[in-house]
Amino acid sequence: MKETDFVLDDKVNISNENLIGKEKNLMGNFDVIVVGAGHAGCEAALASARMGLKTCLFSMNLEAIAMMPCNPSIGGTGKGHLVREIDALGGEMGINIDKSFIQSRMLNTSKGPAVHSLRAQADKALYHTEMKKTLEKQENLFLKQAEIVELIVTDGTVRGVVTQSNCVYEGKAIILCTGTFLRGKIFIGNSSYFSGPNGLSPSMLLADNLKKLGISMRRFKTGTPARCLSSSLNFENMSEQKGDEEIVPFSFLNDSLEKDQISCWLTYTNEKTHDIIRRNFHRSALFGGEIEGIGARYCPSIEDKVNRFSDKPRHQTFIEPEGLDTEEMYIQGMSSSLPEDVQYDFYKTIPGLENLIITRPAYAIEYDCIDPIELKPSLEHMNIKGLFCAGQFNGSSGYEEAAAQGLLAGINASLLVKGKNPLVLKRNEAYIGVLIDDLVTKGTNEPYRIMTSRAEYRLVLRQDNADTRLTELGYEVGLVSKERYEKYLQKKHNVELEIKRLKNTSVKAEVANKIMEKTGNTPVSGSILLSDILKRPKITYELIASIIEEENFEWPKLTRHEKMEVEVSIKYAGYINKQLAQVERFKKLENKRLDIDIDYSKIEGLRIEAAQKLDAIKPISLGQASRISGVSPADINVLLIWLSKKRRMKNER
Amino acid sequence: MNNLYDDSDTIAAISTPIGEGGIGIVRISGDQSLDLLSKIFEPANKDIKKNNKDQLLIPSRILTYGKIYDKKRNLIDEVLVSYMKSPTTYTGEETVEINCHGGIIPLRNILNTVVSLGARPAERGEFTKRAFLNGKLDLTQAEAVMDLISAKTDTSFNVAMTQLQGRLSEHIRLIRSYFIDLLVQITVNIDYPDEDIEELTYSNILESLHKIDSSLKELSASSERGRILREGLRIAIVGKPNVGKSSILNALLYEDRAIVTDVPGTTRDIIEETIDVRGIPVVITDTAGIRDTDDLVEKIGVEKSKLSIESSDLIFFVLDAARIIDEEDERIFSHIRDKNHIILINKNDVDNKAISSNEVKEHFGEDATEISAIRDGSIQEIETLIEEFVNSKSSGFAASQNFMITNARHKKLIDDSILAVSDAITSTEAFEPLEILEIDVNHAYELLGEIIGETTAGDIIDKVFERFCLGK
Repeated sequence: MKETDFVLDDKVNISNENLIGKEKNLMGNFDVIVVGAGHAGCEAALASARMGLKTCLFSMNLEAIAMMPCNPSIGGTGKGHLVREIDALGGEMGINIDKSFIQSRMLNTSKGPAVHSLRAQADKALYHTEMKKTLEKQENLFLKQAEIVELIVTDGTVRGVVTQSNCVYEGKAIILCTGTFLRGKIFIGNSSYFSGPNGLSPSMLLADNLKKLGISMRRFKTGTPARCLSSSLNFENMSEQKGDEEIVPFSFLNDSLEKDQISCWLTYTNEKTHDIIRRNFHRSALFGGEIEGIGARYCPSIEDKVNRFSDKPRHQTFIEPEGLDTEEMYIQGMSSSLPEDVQYDFYKTIPGLENLIITRPAYAIEYDCIDPIELKPSLEHMNIKGLFCAGQFNGSSGYEEAAAQGLLAGINASLLVKGKNPLVLKRNEAYIGVLIDDLVTKGTNEPYRIMTSRAEYRLVLRQDNADTRLTELGYEVGLVSKERYEKYLQKKHNVELEIKRLKNTSVKAEVANKIMEKTGNTPVSGSILLSDILKRPKITYELIASIIEEENFEWPKLTRHEKMEVEVSIKYAGYINKQLAQVERFKKLENKRLDIDIDYSKIEGLRIEAAQKLDAIKPISLGQASRISGVSPADINVLLIWLSKKRRMKNER
Repeated sequence: MNNLYDDSDTIAAISTPIGEGGIGIVRISGDQSLDLLSKIFEPANKDIKKNNKDQLLIPSRILTYGKIYDKKRNLIDEVLVSYMKSPTTYTGEETVEINCHGGIIPLRNILNTVVSLGARPAERGEFTKRAFLNGKLDLTQAEAVMDLISAKTDTSFNVAMTQLQGRLSEHIRLIRSYFIDLLVQITVNIDYPDEDIEELTYSNILESLHKIDSSLKELSASSERGRILREGLRIAIVGKPNVGKSSILNALLYEDRAIVTDVPGTTRDIIEETIDVRGIPVVITDTAGIRDTDDLVEKIGVEKSKLSIESSDLIFFVLDAARIIDEEDERIFSHIRDKNHIILINKNDVDNKAISSNEVKEHFGEDATEISAIRDGSIQEIETLIEEFVNSKSSGFAASQNFMITNARHKKLIDDSILAVSDAITSTEAFEPLEILEIDVNHAYELLGEIIGETTAGDIIDKVFERFCLGK
């Protein structure tokens, strides 16, 4: 294994005193090195290996691979869209949750198709095991348990990493996915100590190294509720929430899934709960002033909820299983940094939890992360070539947000090594595009969570058409497998054919009116196109198919994903086209490129504030520039003229 | 989406100085220029036909004589138009210039018509900006163009500092807060389906939208007040021949301007005068009597009268106290009944009085004021009527509204916002899904934001977390 001793020349900037003077061994040479094997790291490493690059994935503890240290679920509003997009691009999260879910629900079905959102309860252990197996089996991918304490950077370019055991691994690109491990610090009541999530070791040394490399670090905070034993719960006092009868898979590769599902349980806090919490505010780490990190508003602890919404008589909580092979249950919505005795007291006031036995207490955790405006839209660091960053390290929150960034960081690190242009998804192409653009353009003051409301073109960015939007792109960069690509082409073909058929096939009034009658629509008098029937309220593709089949007419066999896309495309065509017209306008500014080396302070007519912001963020397009706060329409006009002037001067030369 | 740097739409502006010039020019630039012209212009030369895209086949760079009509096919003015084919124009784009008679009314009517058909009021410096972007200006002029555009920020900043504008912003923020209330509800319902929050019903949404709609319409109407201060309240005096319309005008003017004789039809053209009524600028027009006539000169006058009714803020409908109400009176009344109007019974000093306000009430169901244009005191009474009208709420420019819109771009944004809200109301009534009706609500909200330069990014989401207790 040992190739040569690694010689540290003058150029290599090793800043960690612990390492100076010690013998270091060059242990390997990789194209891409990924630091951290959480949801971001797994996607990053798989993407790079699948794109044919020799990849090494480091985790301080291989048992922490794809660990879910908080809620045992994947998906939800916006997040479910992200998973579909990850899948469409050739990522792993969708496939892995399809293997390991124990309950599946489509949320928002009472609303329109653009915001239908899939969410699944995961078996945490299985999710981890399945992902670990996938990583182990992946060609070009090397898994290693080691703590990375140092990045080797020379001339502003990454060269490799150093482990705590003084091993050096060379890499052409490095992807940092440190999650909540970086200088992680846990708070429970008046106690606080450096720790990673879930009792794992924190990563203490790398943070100092990053600061020395000139990366500005900051502190964010998050938290998790207690886990308890299901045998200690009284389920009669809670209401059951079952999974959907019909399971919709996350992955486009799976047409259907069958599984026995496990229920979740709904219960509520009450005034007694709130009283106990209020009386103990002073004992919460959150109000004690010890926590300096900024928490997310959408993920408040229960003491925060009781404090800020004091008029609310009750807060709901779902009791969710952590897996099939464990008794442990997750108490959703009840994260806390109160001392353990208080935790016991207030949890026990909740119906169903009267006799609960806590296995793991709730805690708050603080960690180091970066300001994502230091990143390019490719997720590469602006000042360090070859250094990519993804996940909570970038100031986001959530498994799905992390995985989405990991995937793109993996793709772009690989493209960089291959000498190709990065893949930057636009806001009209993917929620992933919205997520990354928000992070690198606007930055974030709190752990960032995706929401469907963050997207301007929600009707276009549906979960049913994620493959139509992205699989082609994934195939072009070399990530999407041939199998997936062909499946996609087949689906695309079937969908187009079926839309055409519905638009050109009419049925007699007597048949059509059976459908109309069933749905309370006004009957028709003559024959009517199938597509026009589908446009009527409450009529689904499925319903038309079943009634027409009863009449013994031929009807094509489509997959669930195909049916869904056909239905939505026809039913909402008017609105979708309206939004596509907006997209066209949007793309005009998006397609006007800005170079990264523009010195905005030299452009006359720009206001100083705008020039400073532009210099800090270095947008890649006028569109991105227009989204920076502090850059006005007049500034954009000035840039437009300036660009045109530059182009003409070049032409005249 | 901010349209300030969108170069794909067609822009229009009055490009001659505002004031009483001999002629004025409305300039249109962009792909739609010829389409817009073709919708409103009728060439005198009937040999000029339209192509299959409904575009007039008028020759480029040649003045063509004809008439311009508004959307309701009312004649606005006789004009000379020139169509200049791209790229050999000032902006490099398809360009149309409409030369009409000077004076603000025809110019504004033409611009309004073009804007209502899809053009956008041009920003300051926008024609020049486009000229530069299309390579029509020398490179050395680039700095000047940038100055022109960035100067705009300074100017609007100065304007923003004025009290009036400040109050407008305040009012827009108020309406935006109604939008925020609704959008926050929609957002939380979409993004937090599993949370313990009140469900938003379609009747809740409709209620909010109607409230927003009426606030926006009130705001849009306030642009009238701004216009009145700038251009004057337009009053048309109408009535059948020889009821004393010109006498009323003369009395208001304190001078003999219109030709007043006892022969019906003496006022053959429109007399327009600007006067000061207790501090309110008033543009008063004495119209030719509206009647069927074969006299050509008078015929034109009659047609113009109908147009001036259309563009008036207030109409004095004059009856003759000495004559009973006849079919002609009724016909005229039918033209004006939907406009703001006041009925005057003139010549109440005659001996042979045939009608009084009682008869008018019986006939038209409205009150009337008896006056005598040739006696002292009546004029004060008319002035009081004008003043009361301006301050009444129904006029749309009541002094109680302490904000107003003076900028054509703002007016357009508000009117577009009203349209989007009305689309949202339609979608809501059809029970369309939340995320679909949200598109129009959000669009309307963004348009309002463009007026005060506030973007939407993040503010709805901020409010969601402020108002609702949400968490994983």
